Amino acid sequence: MILGLFYVAAAVALLSTAMALSRTNAAHALIYLIMSLLSVAVIFFIIGAPFAAALEIVIYAGAIMVLFVFVIMMLNLGETGQIREREWLKPRSWILPGIFAAALLAELLILENGLSGTTTGVAVEPKAVGLTLFGPYVLAVELASMLLLAGLVGAYHVGRSFLARDRGVKHQ
Amino acid sequence: MDGLQVPLEHVLGLASLLFALGLTGLMVRRNILFVLMSLEVMLNSAALAFVAAGAHWGQPDGQVVFMLVLTVTAAEVSVGLGLVLQIQRRFHTLDIDAATRLRG
Repeated sequence: MILGLFYVAAAVALLSTAMALSRTNAAHALIYLIMSLLSVAVIFFIIGAPFAAALEIVIYAGAIMVLFVFVIMMLNLGETGQIREREWLKPRSWILPGIFAAALLAELLILENGLSGTTTGVAVEPKAVGLTLFGPYVLAVELASMLLLAGLVGAYHVGRSFLARDRGVKHQ
Repeated sequence: MDGLQVPLEHVLGLASLLFALGLTGLMVRRNILFVLMSLEVMLNSAALAFVAAGAHWGQPDGQVVFMLVLTVTAAEVSVGLGLVLQIQRRFHTLDIDAATRLRG
């Protein structure tokens, strides 16, 4: 049973990734990419890593994909924006991601109602992850914080002239 | 020993298939947004392999490395999307081949 759930989630992951990378429209590709990340999160849940599943949804599908959405929207400013958005939001492009999402939701409900692979003692609990993270791996945490700081400074430096240009245009 | 109810080989197979899909996308697509998305898929598949191996041995190390991969991805995407905006501004296209000359 658990195995069947895993195969369904794996099929959703592969299909939605293939769809994401073969779209010509970046907004549609993003929807499929989010479906791919959500299915990987369900797989994490199935194989007994609930903390990783939560992080996958909150950080990958939440924060990082929102960055992509921001950039796609920034690149498409202008008069054609409204027409283009109407084109993006056609119901036809939502059907397949909707089916994928419904399949994943059904899997989660089945996992919640008993026969859970994650609550029968085989799961790696968040407490153990936290103890390991701030125990033997504390140096890696420091390195990760420095990496994030470098990313922050780099993104600010690279994007600064873009913001300055916008401000200059407004003042004219 | 095995904390995993799914065979480890199948999860690793899924991870390698996802990685192959991402690599194919990286080599085939020329739109820089899709190149970044392919990198996301590849990093995600590597993270999946780590978590699966950690679950197989019942150790939390896999999820620790997953979090480190997460920070790498976040930093990479923030800088990469800044570069996307710069390329769009300078070359008025998202074609990555337009930016083959490393001179401003």
